[in-house]
Order: sequence, then structure tokens, then C-alpha cells
Amino acid sequence: MKFGVIGEHQDSEARVAMTPASAAQLQKLGHECVIQAGAGAKADFADDLYRDAGVEVLDSKQAVFDQADVIAKVRPPSEEEVDMLREGQTLISFFYPAENEDLMKRAADKGASVIAMDMVPRISRAQKMDALSSMANIAGYRAVIEAANNFGSFMTGQVTAAGKVPPAKILVVGAGVAGLAAIGAATSLGAITYAFDVRPEVAEQVESMGAEFVYLDFEGEDDGAGEGGYAKPSSPEFREAQLAKFREMAPDMDIVITTALIPNREAPELWTEDMVKAMKPGSVIVDLAAEKGGNCKMTVKDEKIVTDNNVTIIGYTDFPSRMAKQSSTLYSTNVRHMMADLTPEKDGQIVHNMEDQVIRDSTIAHGGEVTWPPPKRESPSPKKEQKSEKPKKKTAEEKAAEEAEAFKKQTQQQVGMLAAGGVLLLLVGAVAPESFMSHFIVFALACFVGFQVIWGVAHSLHTPLMAVTNAVSGIVILGALLQIGSGNWIVVILSFVSVLIASINIVGGFLVTRRMLSMFVKS
Amino acid sequence: MIGLGIQSAAYIVATILFILALGGLKDEESAKRAIWYGIVGMALAVFATVFGPGVQNLLIILVAVAAGGFAGWFIAGKVQMTEMPQLVAALHSFVGLAAVFIGLNADIMLGAVSAMRDSGMSLEDAGLTGFGEKLWNKDTVEIAILKVEVFLGIFIGAVTFTGSIIAFGKLAGKVDGKSSQLPGGHMLNLGSVIACLILGILYYNGAGIWAPVLVAIIAGFIGYHLIMGIGGADMPVVVSMLNSYSGWAAAAIGFTLENDLLIVTGALVGSSGAILSYIMCKGMNRSFVSVILGGWGGESSGGSQDIDGEMVAIDADGVADALQDADSVIIVPGYGMAVAQAQQAVSELTKKLRDAGKKVRFAIHPVAGRLPGHMNVLLAEAKVPYDIVLEMDEINDDFKDTDVVIVIGSNDIVNPAANDDPGSPIAGMPVLHVWEANQVFVSKRGSGTGYSGIENPLFYKENTRMFYGDAKESVNELLKKL
Repeated sequence: MKFGVIGEHQDSEARVAMTPASAAQLQKLGHECVIQAGAGAKADFADDLYRDAGVEVLDSKQAVFDQADVIAKVRPPSEEEVDMLREGQTLISFFYPAENEDLMKRAADKGASVIAMDMVPRISRAQKMDALSSMANIAGYRAVIEAANNFGSFMTGQVTAAGKVPPAKILVVGAGVAGLAAIGAATSLGAITYAFDVRPEVAEQVESMGAEFVYLDFEGEDDGAGEGGYAKPSSPEFREAQLAKFREMAPDMDIVITTALIPNREAPELWTEDMVKAMKPGSVIVDLAAEKGGNCKMTVKDEKIVTDNNVTIIGYTDFPSRMAKQSSTLYSTNVRHMMADLTPEKDGQIVHNMEDQVIRDSTIAHGGEVTWPPPKRESPSPKKEQKSEKPKKKTAEEKAAEEAEAFKKQTQQQVGMLAAGGVLLLLVGAVAPESFMSHFIVFALACFVGFQVIWGVAHSLHTPLMAVTNAVSGIVILGALLQIGSGNWIVVILSFVSVLIASINIVGGFLVTRRMLSMFVKS
Repeated sequence: MIGLGIQSAAYIVATILFILALGGLKDEESAKRAIWYGIVGMALAVFATVFGPGVQNLLIILVAVAAGGFAGWFIAGKVQMTEMPQLVAALHSFVGLAAVFIGLNADIMLGAVSAMRDSGMSLEDAGLTGFGEKLWNKDTVEIAILKVEVFLGIFIGAVTFTGSIIAFGKLAGKVDGKSSQLPGGHMLNLGSVIACLILGILYYNGAGIWAPVLVAIIAGFIGYHLIMGIGGADMPVVVSMLNSYSGWAAAAIGFTLENDLLIVTGALVGSSGAILSYIMCKGMNRSFVSVILGGWGGESSGGSQDIDGEMVAIDADGVADALQDADSVIIVPGYGMAVAQAQQAVSELTKKLRDAGKKVRFAIHPVAGRLPGHMNVLLAEAKVPYDIVLEMDEINDDFKDTDVVIVIGSNDIVNPAANDDPGSPIAGMPVLHVWEANQVFVSKRGSGTGYSGIENPLFYKENTRMFYGDAKESVNELLKKL
């Protein structure tokens, strides 16, 4: 099949859905690749680089639509692009079907299949195709870089000959993928980083990234975790407690990065006007929720503004596009993984398997029908998993009872074995003469001592143990020595051989053990 | 000449020294001292026997001991540490063979002594010494018991002998390592055991020397067939089992000869081998019987879970980059490291990483390699300090805090299917949780399955990268990049 990539119709979009590297991988799946001329230019992928990777470069968008069976791009298609689709063709791109229902209907009417990269379910198997996460990661990182760029001081604290510089204090609101990426970037620049999220279970992740989690003094049950690992709207009381905390922190913070989004809703207002007013001049706010109205209502979408008290508010929505090369690489890898799932046999044949959860959920139009929204499935949030784990932790009493039970069982087993062994010994004693029994006692005791001693041997010394038991079992030489004086020549010969090989065992076993042990050195 | 009293005293001292020698293996430092206890004990025992009452033909003894001692010295000096499993198996076979010979001798001498006694000769005229004199003094019940002991000694000895030879062949690569059996399988073994029992009963009731000889031959067949049927990853159990058998054979001979030192030593060795077998079986979560009755190797693993994802390869540059960035590294060696003789290169890698201030440790699974503790010896040979070589229980919880894990030539012991997939043939086997680490590199010759033929989902995990190639060459290449 032919895999084609077209350029983006918005000028502001610099990303591209295929890189020369991903083209090589796609070809391994059996696909031929074509690309619209100049599609990768803004992401630093010149047409020649594609040609070197074996990609055919076509002059126009129309040519790509004519030749390719699968069309991939980054942003949702324009109406014009949807009209170019033909029956049986597959389109892969971000789509945001909730906002673009008309476009989706139009594509379905055309008979084309549409795979929306933003609808990939959040399950572990599909992580490699989760373009939302990979873009959010870049957005989070870039948000810190933009903030630092607009912030007039060092991020990390320094003591210089010209005076002491305190480190910048950064608050990240919302610890999703973007939030965590921002935390990582902020801490590695040396800033003191605080993070807040309505889902208390992410505190551990936040702290593992080196930031401090902001806890609320809030009495009452509020589980902020919603479906699919996203947050859900919180109760008014909780919201009040949260805003009070932010109000308290606002004067101290140099940089605030807000990333709070709730699926299919306007972004919640978390950074109010009075907080902005309370901030020091020169502070920076980066609002990653600007697309959905912003976590701060003063944010202007796609613009950078400076308030009266000299606080910069950045409302860009194109952070990934600002790092077009990196984001194209990640996005094209996500697309490439999606293609790999669509070509299970790696033979270049697309199999649109609607039984597969990942493909089913991300497909929004197929076979002339709109297939969105996908059917509901049980999707346990991490919080719920944690809850189900809780009962496993036993109370002290249960533990004690369990131990007592185990001990009882062990005692029963031990007594049983001792009794059986005792009876067996008595039976042997009943028939065997005294001379045998005295040896038998020695034997039984030796077994007992052997078991006690060997349990203490270190695992690392098991090979030397085997070698030394090899040597020690050469003690059979004693038997041969006692027999070698016999008058019968067969006995003498057999004894001779026995003494000889037993000597090999003794000498070889001991020497090799010594050799091994001398190798074990401490650091 | 040494009197019987002093000889007994020497035996007691030797017994104690042997126990101390084995007990001293509880840690590396005390082991170096304890080995001398064993050597002194053995010297004492042999000396007290040779110069004790009733031993003749000193010259022959001297020749035999000198020849055997020289051979032992030669082998011990020359053997490669990767060949230890073979050596141990070979030494087991010697004990088994000696036990068979001594058992046959006992029967021959019993016949001769009985004939002399029945002809009305007195003990002085018969001129018997050593073992012969003991036989002379036996009554009928004691002789009956002696025959049982001879039978047991020969039977166990013969099984040990041929079994160890086959194990040696398999470990040395001279016999095909896969499990293979003659038609009839375990029924053939069972039939042979029954045949031996019948012969034993005949012998007990007065049959001649032919009966024990036949027992030796049939038992030899059992040993051969039993070990032929066990393959691959089960070899550590086989070797420790044969270790145990060689001990019991010595103990049986001790009963025959009424020699307590032999009985004690045999019992010590026997129980040592039994415990090792138990530990190995537990390491694989298999019962001893199931190991003996059949290998994994032949069966394909039907009905195991489907595996998502793909194997992603990586080159030395990628591994080197990850190692540069890592603070903590755990290396998991397996039999593949021994096969490729990569331990020296691994040791150098360890040294380099440690010099760079990284925390490097080794994780050893109980059944890694072909011999209990095999990996420890190989690493020790390559001068890896033993205090960074840890066993499974000590290190398994640390994987989740580890940056990079390098798996070198092991497969089943790092297979997550053992935990997750109840349908897997190795379900329930304790394994090293390498997949909990941030990143896992698997050094492997090719993308096929390992010895056991079981698919390993680890290779398909997101955080796993396959580092294909011969282990030694791969690590050497890695060394250049660091």
C-alpha cells in the first residue's frame, strides 16, 4: 500500500507526520511512501532527505491524494482536504471529533476511514501511539523554556562575587503528562518547583521528579480522578480550598505553569485575576490550557500579554510546533506504530481490524459510517486499582493468626515425619542385629548433621561445595585399601583401580576447590 | 603400625574435620580456612588406614595413590572454570565406579572366606587380614544384611557411574543436550528396577557372583537412560542429584565394610547433594520427581499468552549511552555468558563502570548456569568482587530502583511469564524481576527462544532493547565505547 503525507494548511503549523527515519520503518512494513514537496521543510526535513530515505516526493497535495491509500497529517483536515478523500482511503491525523462533527460526517459520507490520533485509548499497549501524550510532553518542556525566556533572572540559585541570586520558584498546576514534563524541565534547570494536582495519588510521581507536592488542608472525600486517568470537575468546597492555597502562594511564585484540563469541557479557572495582581512584577504565567479558554481568564489565546503590574501571561497553543523537528519525530513514530498495528503481517496490506480495541477506539469513520464515540469499556483508573489493593494489606491480628496457623501446620508436619521416621527405625531395629544398628545410628546422625550444616552454606559457594564433596567422597578409598591385601588377584586389580580413581577424586577435588576459593576476593 | 584404638580416634578426628570443612563454606573467608580442615582430615584418614592393622600390598597402594594423585593434580590445575560442571560430573562417576568395584570385591571375598571357613580351617591358618577377618566373624544374619548392603552399594554406584558419564558428556557437549529416550520411556526404567530387585532377591537367596554383576550392568543402563531423558536447563538438578547418589553409594559401602568414617562421610555428601537438588528444584518451582521424569526441552509451550509489542534491537552505542547516564546497574548473567566465555569482558565492564562511580551489582538466580553456584565461580575467576554478587532474594526488590539492567545469556530466569501467565510451562517459578528496572538490555545471540524453548515476553517489553550478538564480542564492543 502507499502511505502518503501532505503538508499542513495552517502556516503556523510546522510539524510533519513523517520523518525520513519513520519512512524507513514504514518501508519495512511493506509500504511505499510518498510526500508532498516541502511538507517537512519547516521541521528541518528537506525533500532531499526524504528522497535519500526512498520516499517519492510529489509536487502537489492532489497528487498525494491521488496516489496514496493512506494519508497522514498532523492537524485536523480542512474541508477542502476532506473533499479530496475517496472511498476506501484512510486518513490518520488529530481530529478532535467532538469539535469537528460536521467534518467527520463529511469524511464518513465519502466512504473514507478516519483514524483520529487523539482518540487512541489510554491503555498500556497503546502508549506507543499516544500522540497526545508525546505532544503534551513537548508542550510541558517548552512551557518552561518559554517562561525562562521571558523571566528576567536565573532559574537556579547562585552565589557570585557580585551577590547572591535566589533560585526561581515555579508552581506547576496539574501533574498530567505536560505537567510532569514541565516539572522535570524546571527541576533540571535548578528552580525550586512546586506542583499541585487534584488527584492526590500523583504526589508520588511529582516527588519522584524532584518537585514538592502541594497538599491541601481539606477535610472530606474528594477523589479528583476521573475516567482514563484524567481529572474530573471538583466540588465547590474543594475548589475554594484549592484557590485559597494558590492565593497564599501567589506572591512567592516567579513562574506559574497551568496545565489543568478536563476532557470535553472548558478549562477550569484556577489562577484568578487577584492572584495575578498579587504576583511580583516580572513574573511569568504560562497557560497551557489556552486552547480551551485558559486556567487564567486573563490569558489571550495564541498571544503573549503583559499585565498592568508587569506580569507576562503566555497563551500560545502551538508549543509542539515551536519544536517542530522533535515533535515531528515523536508524532511520526506514533503514526508509524499505528501503521504497524494496521499491518499485522508486515506485508504492506492494511487490515482495519475493528475488533482490536486500539484501532476501534481511534477510528471515527469507517465503511461509510461515523463510528464515534467508541463503545464504553471498563477502564479502571489508577486510583481504583489502588483501592482494590488495599484489602490485601492485613491487619496485625490476621497476620498473627496466619503465622500461628502456619506454625501449627509446620509442627504437625514435623511431628508426623518424626513419628514415621521413628516407626521405620523401630522396624529396622526389630530385624537387624545389634552390630548393624550401631552403624545405623551413626548413619542417621550423620545425615542429620549433614542437613544442618549444608543449609548454612552460602549460595555463592555451591560450586565449591560440590567440588569439596567430590573430594570428601573419595573416602571410598578406605574400602579399597582394606581389600587390596586380599589373596584373590581380581580383587587386587579392582581395588587397585578403585584406589587410583579415588585418589584422583581426593587430590583433584581438594585442589580445584582451593583454586576456586582463592578466586573469591572482596572489593 | 597403628593400633585399632588409634585408628578409631583418627577416624573421629577426620569426621569432625570433614563436618567443619563443609560447614566452613558458610562464607567466602572461612571457606578458605575450612578447606584445609578437609585436606588434613582426609590425609589423617588415609594415613591411619594404610598403616593400620590388616592392610597389605603397600607398594601397589603407593603406585595407585601416586598415579591417581598426579592425575588429580593435573586436572585440577588445568580445568577451565567454565568446565567445572563437567569436572564435577566426572568426579562423581569415579566414586560410583569405585563403589561398584568395592561391592564386587566384597562379594568375591565373602565367597572365598565362607569357603575357607566351611572347610574347617582356623582363622590363623586362613591368614586373613583386614576386611577378610571381619567377614570371617560374621554370623548368618549379618551375612544376609551384608548382601543387602552389597546390592545397594553396587546398584547406586552403577547408576551414579553411567549417569555421571552421560551428564559429563552432555555438559561437555559430547552428547546431545536435548532430552531423548528409548521407546518405552520410563516404563523401561521401571522394568529395569524390577529386574534388579529380582536379581537382588536371587542373590540374597544364594545366587553367585553373576547376580551382582548383572545388577551392575542393568543399573548402569538405568543411569544412562535416566540422564539421557533429562535435558538442558535441568542439568543443575541432575548434577546435584548425582552428587547425592555418590554420597549414598559411599555410605552403602561403609555399611558393607562396617566402617563408620565411610558411613558418616557418605551421609554428609549424600545429604549435601539432596539439599542442593532441593534448592535447585525450588529455584525452578518444580518437584524433584517432575525433573527426573521428563525435560521441558522437547515440549512446545502450547496455550501460553499472546505477546504484544515487538522486539527492538539496539547497538553498542545505544547501550553505552544508557550506561553513561545510569547511576545504578545490575548485571544478570546466565549460561550464555559461560558459553561465550564473556566473564572476563564482563568483569572489565564492571570495573570501568565502578571506576566511573556507578553502582554495579550482579544478580544470580539459583539455577543460572549448569551447576549450583556456577556463575559465582565464573565471576570470581574474572576477579569480580564477591560482595557485589548477590543472590535472587537479596536483590529482587532493588530492580525497581535501578536504571539499567543488562541480561547476559540468560532467558528463563528473567521470564515475566512465570509471574503473569498461569498457562506458561514455568508458571510459578521464582524469577528475577528485571523488567521493573528503567531499562533492560538483553545480550543474546539471536532472536530465537532459549534452552527451554519458552517464549519470553520480557523481550517484547517497552523498556527492553535487544543487544544481539555473541556475548563476549558485544561486551568488548561496548567497552570500546565507554
